Parts: sequence; structure tokens; C-alpha cells
Amino acid sequence: MINGKKIIVDGQAVPLDGEENLLEVIRKAGINLPTFCYHSELSVYGACRMCLVEVEGGGLVAACSTPPRDGMVIRTNTERVRRLRRIIIELLLANHNRDCTTCEKSGACKLQDLAMQLGVREVRLGQRDVRLPVDKSSPAVVRDPNKCILCGDCVRMCEEVQGIGVLDFAFRGSRVVVTPAFNKNMAEVDCVNCGQCAAVCPTGALVVKSEVDEAWKAIHDPKKTVIAQIAPAVRVAVGEAFGMPPGEIATGKIVAALRRIGFDKVFDTCFAADLTVMEETAEFTERLAKGERLPQFTSCCPAWVKFAEQYYPGLVPNISTCRSPQQMFGSVAKKFYARSLGIKPEDLFVISVMPCTAKKFEARRPEFNTGGVRDVDLVLTTQEVTRMIKESGISFEELEVDSFDAPFGFASGAGIIFGVTGGVAEAVLRAAYEKLTGKALSDVNFVEVRGMKSLKEATVEAGGREIRLAVVNGLGAARDLLDKIMRGEASYDLVEVMACPGGCVGGGGQPVPNTREAREKRGRGLYAADKLVQLRKSQDNPVVTSLYGKWLDEPNGKEAHKALHTAYSSRRRISGEDIELTGQPGAGPGAGTAEDGRCDGRVSKVDVAVCVGTSCYLRGAYNVLQNLIDEVGRAGLSDRVNLHATFCFERCDKGPSVSVNGRVITGVTPDKAGWVVENFIRPQAAGSQSSPSSSSSVDSAMRR
Amino acid sequence: MPETGVHQDIHQEVQDDVHDVGREADGLANRRFEKVNEILEKYECDRAALISILQEVQDEYRYLPKEILTYVATALGLPPAKVYGVATFYAQFSLEPQGKYVIRACDGTACHVRGSQPVLRAICNKLKLKDGERTTRDLMFTVETVSCLGACGLAPVVMINDKIYGQMTPEKVTKVLDDIIKAERRRGEVQ
Ligand code: SF4
Ligand code: SF4
Ligand code: FES
Ligand code: FES
Repeated sequence: MINGKKIIVDGQAVPLDGEENLLEVIRKAGINLPTFCYHSELSVYGACRMCLVEVEGGGLVAACSTPPRDGMVIRTNTERVRRLRRIIIELLLANHNRDCTTCEKSGACKLQDLAMQLGVREVRLGQRDVRLPVDKSSPAVVRDPNKCILCGDCVRMCEEVQGIGVLDFAFRGSRVVVTPAFNKNMAEVDCVNCGQCAAVCPTGALVVKSEVDEAWKAIHDPKKTVIAQIAPAVRVAVGEAFGMPPGEIATGKIVAALRRIGFDKVFDTCFAADLTVMEETAEFTERLAKGERLPQFTSCCPAWVKFAEQYYPGLVPNISTCRSPQQMFGSVAKKFYARSLGIKPEDLFVISVMPCTAKKFEARRPEFNTGGVRDVDLVLTTQEVTRMIKESGISFEELEVDSFDAPFGFASGAGIIFGVTGGVAEAVLRAAYEKLTGKALSDVNFVEVRGMKSLKEATVEAGGREIRLAVVNGLGAARDLLDKIMRGEASYDLVEVMACPGGCVGGGGQPVPNTREAREKRGRGLYAADKLVQLRKSQDNPVVTSLYGKWLDEPNGKEAHKALHTAYSSRRRISGEDIELTGQPGAGPGAGTAEDGRCDGRVSKVDVAVCVGTSCYLRGAYNVLQNLIDEVGRAGLSDRVNLHATFCFERCDKGPSVSVNGRVITGVTPDKAGWVVENFIRPQAAGSQSSPSSSSSVDSAMRR
Repeated sequence: MPETGVHQDIHQEVQDDVHDVGREADGLANRRFEKVNEILEKYECDRAALISILQEVQDEYRYLPKEILTYVATALGLPPAKVYGVATFYAQFSLEPQGKYVIRACDGTACHVRGSQPVLRAICNKLKLKDGERTTRDLMFTVETVSCLGACGLAPVVMINDKIYGQMTPEKVTKVLDDIIKAERRRGEVQ
């Protein structure tokens, strides 16, 4: 593609090869121009001005947002450019909480790096004195707006790559902040905890939430037996903090390190992944045979699961009911392993070592417990475990390798590739093929589903039928695919979704820089590890077989279901108040005695809320609302009813939803308004003093 | 004795006034929400029209309530954070309730020594605003204190929308508000 066009960078001729901006050309010339807001995987924003260069005859330009023209003469290192760069850093630092020594990002912070690299030794401007509250509400990330340099990287990551848009700029001038809607906490909005924003944030404004202290506490607690499970993607990334290149397999070293730190046993999540393959394959072949709930979506990624619960309630029944490998491991450990050790589940402390911040959220989901005790007690990301290794002074480079403990330390190659996009689909295929054909699979490599592309499709012939597969990574790409499926423009039997670009190898808790190149290498490392083991298929794992023999009976059977499966439901996206429509605001049931108690004959009113959340809105909730107002009026109950519009009762798949004194009625299409008035509102109005029925009760208008 | 009676009557009347305004707001809530839907329909839920939509919504509510912004985001299929960003960027939008009448009570030095505090208390009493409340529930009045309106010669000064009222006393300011409430009530009846 070289066409003879070139530009001159600091006196050196650099050929143009279709680069879209000057920055790429300059970097190609071996000059590492500083940047904050440029990311090759995101759109160009051009706001931080770090990448300023001088163009002969054109003055100063931002290299990231200037297209190269043939013959341009660029200088990257003039007196003026260098002075400006320093000033920019100084300005940023003046607005920045400079508690570097105690900052979670210290050592991996781009602002700190550049300040050092550019020789900024003094900040000649005063320190900004406004301190905004730090948001620690999310289980996955901590947001400290006082360290934000407004580069917008997180905004574009969440919106462009993850297709959500949790964070955005708000206010103007000196008050600009990057924040969730209405300045809410991250835990109150639709964040799926993927951690990708923290992975791109150049400063400590968004960081992985650290649970290192809790881990030490458990390790030092003599009453606890502390066991670790290590996810596949960790082994090809943890070495990066110790000078190893991305993708180099460090399984033996991390096992050794954890043992030195004081873990009683160190196990492999890949083993649990084998278990997941058994369950998911049994479920899949059953659905295939019955032709129901297809495509089946994988369920290993908790960020994806939350995403689906929030945005695609209609597809929730299609998600595999299998728990993720992390949670299968936790469940087996607490239910069976603890018993075999003769200890109580609460005295067995399960710590997962994961590439993923969303796993912190998953471990906290209330459904994952054994007799009220969390199945996974703590999740540490690769970043956190790296810190623990450093803190304990272990010299990782010199560690002798060690191997996993029995029994949950033995995994097949199929379990290992779970950590990269395409891996779960391939692992399931290796099992499903044999199950459907009854024949042994000789070539286990399904290369069509490998690679870093955001969407991969393949068709595999097995047992006289075709299995149509889609593999998608990045939730934005997943959204596009799901919309296509919903519109009937695409159809598949099995769809693997991983929220993070490249799959778990690119997880939000992995070492930074978490670039495409690093992810690609880590992925290749996992495929290499797959080749190194003798057994490549989950169904060949003897430990898995014995587990079924001993405790679980058969895949997808009754026992297995209790321990290894779960259920999902739709989920509200944003916390918030209702829209008051008629009636005295705030005078719902129970509120009647408040206020001044004057003689306007207050009887408590019937509280009627109509959901106008997205799913219900799309199903005509607004018309339901209007019809309800009319019908209530017609029934002469107008002054007995408080009507408001609200956002989501988490029954989105069955909407439109209406609640009457706390009791949710689903399937209320506009023509059912009268029915709701007669059967729910009028009886409540008649016996108004009665307390509202429990909010868990649900009725459906569907049956009528 | 008669004195007390009169006082009670006045008190009662004041309460009624405020209540009437409140009641009018009851039906309004739904009418306003209907209007939001009309606005959305008029712009065919077009994301590119977000700013115009917000302008019209604000004309209706006199501010942009959070839950309405969430609703608009839902209808346009935009992240709420984006809508919040736009609503906070432009100075013309307010996310805090603003009354139809914005009362600025001056509490600058000149006004303060001439009794601006009792005036302010009278305003809050009249409008039944509790501590920390700025705007009446019916969104008719917002009360703010300011530190100088540049009319110290007329202290204590109260400004209601664009109009200056000088040499205020608790009685005088109550009368001014009474007149506004009465006028509003008449307009309500005409409607
Ligand atoms: S964790 Fe993921 S979903 Fe949440 S704000 Fe960050 S990028 Fe968006
Ligand atoms: S939080 Fe981080 S990534 Fe987001 S704008 Fe601020 S500095 Fe940039
Ligand atoms: S990197 Fe070019 S302006 Fe930020
Ligand atoms: S959108 Fe969730 S129940 Fe209506």
C-alpha cells in the first residue's frame, strides 16, 4: 500500500501507509509522543492537547486529530512544544488530588509517568481546594472525581465499546465532571462492573476496588481454611508486573506465590470450567433436541449477565442456567469440599483470583450461597494479587514453579481456553460434538471461533445437523448482535458473549496497559497452554467424572441443578423517584397520618404506580397510564387514588407492569386498565385501611 | 377577643389560599406529563432534537425534574447520563425546581440592619416553607436570599421576578404575596 507519500518527522522521512492521524505516523517513526485522550480502539476526542506538535507553516496542531498530508514537515521537540507540554501537566496537577503515595494507581498512572518523563518538578499554581466525594458504592470500581483529568477515555470506553454510557461529562466550565447520570453513585445506575473504564483511565480517578486487606485478614485468621481458585486468564498476565511479556504462562509461579503467601490450598478455576462445559453441553443438547430457548447464551460472564438482565429481559430465558465456573467452584467447595474436610462452610474461606472486576459483583449475588454463607467469599483481581505478592516481598522472578492441589487442580485444555473470546464456545463444541454424534472428536481445534475480532460466526456439522454459532466480545458488539437476533435478521443455536474486549484476557482487573496487543498475546498463551495438556476435552477429565459419581449424579440432573445452576430475572437500570401524576404527592399509604392532620377527611389513598421503564414503555405503558386515569375517573375513584409513573418493577419481560398498593400486576395492556380498576383498585379503596400487601406478590393479566 | 378572632380568620384564609394553589397543582401534574408525551411525539422521539425537547419540557415544569429526564432518556433511547450532561451544560436549564415567581430577599448589610430578617420570615410563613425549602410545592414561588440588590436606599428590599419592592415590612410583603396568590387564583378559575 506504500504509495510514495511521506512526511518529515524531526528531519526523518516517514512513509505514509494509510494512517489516519499524525500521531500514528509519529509513533511509527519511533517517537513516543505523550497522550492522555488518545486510544487506538476509541474514537478520537482531541481534548487533552498533550500530543501537540509543530507543523511547518501550520503552527501547533494536535497530532491525534490531524490527518497526515504528503510532504508535511513536523517537529515534535521544539522549545515551544516542550514548554507547552509541561504547562499542560502543571495545569492538570493543579486540579488534581496529588496524594500519589497512597493512590491505588500509583506506579501505573499515566499522569505520574508523564510528569516524571517531562521533568515537571514543581507546580507553580495553587492546589484546587474543592474536594468532591469519592464514590465507593460499586463492588467493582472506585471513582474519585478529584483525580479526574477529563480526558473522556472512560466515557468513550463505556459508550463506544460497551454500548452502555454510564459515565458522561456534566456541567460546564470549571465545574465540569465526568459522572453517572444525576451525580448518582455507580451502584445506583446501569454499570455492569466490567471495569473497562478503570482499565483505560490514565489516573487514579477510576480504579479497581481493592479487597487486599480482607484477603490478608482471612489468611491470618487461624480459624479459617483459606483456599484459592485461579482463573485461566490470570496465568498469562500476572507475570507482566514482574517483567514477563504478556502471554507467557506463569501458572506454576502464581501457584507457588499463593502458597507462600499463606493459602492452605490452591486450585484451578479451569477445573470448574470443565464442570461448566459438562452442564452447559447437557443443557444445550437438550434444548437442541426440544428446539426450545435457542439460541442458548453462555452465562460465564457476570457483566454480560447483568447487561442482559437490564436491557434484554426477553432473552433472559435463553441464557444458560449454568453458574459461572467461579460460582460452580464456590458451590462445590462450600457444599462438598468443606464437608469432606469436616469443617463448616463458614470456616472455609474461598478466594478467587480473577482477571475480572464483575466477578466481585457476581460473588455478592444473593443467590450464590450455601446455607446463607457466600460461596465465594472474596474476589481478587490480577492487579490485587500482584500487589499482595509484592507486599510479601516474594521475588516472583526467582520462584520455583509449583503445581495445583488435588482434587480441584486438574483441568483439561477445554477448561483453560475459557479465558479468551471463543474459548467457551469451542470447549462446549468439543463436548457437544461427541454427545451428538456418539463419535470421538479427532481434531479438537475449532479455529473459526478464535481470534480477537468482536464478532465471529461458524457453522459446525454434528450428528446430521448444523450448529450455528456466534461468538461476540465487547457489549457494544453484543448489543448489535442481539438487536439483529431480536429483529429476526440472524439466528443461531449457541451464542457466546464476553463483555470485555478479547474476553477475560482483557478483563478490567488485568495489568495495565490492557491493550489489544497484550490481549492478543495473552490469548495466544492460553491456546498454547491448551496444547500442552494431554486431555483437551472436559468430558475426559477424570476428576470431573468422579465428582459426578460421588456427589453430583449426572450432568443437568437434579443434584447438579441444585449445586451448579441458577436463575436470572430482569433488573432495574437506575434508581430514582417516581413521577407524581394525580393525588397529593407523597401521600401514599401510610403517609396519611403525617403532615398537619387537619380535617380534610384524610383516608389513606390507594397507591397506583405504572411502570414507564424502557421495556414497559416500548410496550405501550403510556397508554396504560392514560387509560387508567380515565377508568379511575369513570369509577368515581379519582380522589381515592395516588397515581404515579415509576421506573421498573424488575418484571420487564412480562410488562407493562402496574402496582396497586405494592402488589405488582404484569401484562397490563392498555385494554386491561378497566379490569385493574375493578379487581385491584376498587377493593383496595373499599378496604383502604388495610396495609399494602407484600411487594413480592405478583399477579398477571396475561391469563385473562 | 375580637382581635384574636380576626387573627384566626386571616390565618385560616392564608391556609386556604395556599391549599387552593396546591390543589390546582394536583391536576396539573398529569396535564404536564401528558404534555411531555406530546412534546416527545411532536419531535418523533428524535435524539437530535434533545435540546428543543428539554426546552419545551422546561417551559412546562419551569425546571427539569430528574425523573422526567430519565423518562425522556427512555423515550429517546439515550443513556440518562447523556441527557443529564446536556441538561447541566446549558445555562438555560435548571434541574432545581424554580417557582413561577422568584423572590429575592436582600440580606445585605443595609437591608439586614433595617429588618430584612423579619421580612424573610414573613415570606416563608406566608408560603409555608420549612427550613431548607426553597420552592413551594405547587412551584409557584422560589425564595432566595441575596447579599445586595444595589437598592440599599430602599432597604429592606425584596425583588420578585423583575420587580423591586422597597421598604418592606412583614405586613407589606404579606400583602404583596396575597395579591399575587389572588391573581393566580383568578387565572386558575378563568382557565
Ligand atoms: S465498569 Fe464497565 S459498565 Fe461500569 S462504568 Fe465502567 S465501563 Fe461502564
Ligand atoms: S475518570 Fe479517568 S478516564 Fe474518565 S475522564 Fe477522568 S481521567 Fe479520564
Ligand atoms: S492525545 Fe491528542 S489531544 Fe489528547
Ligand atoms: S421496565 Fe422493568 S418492569 Fe417495566
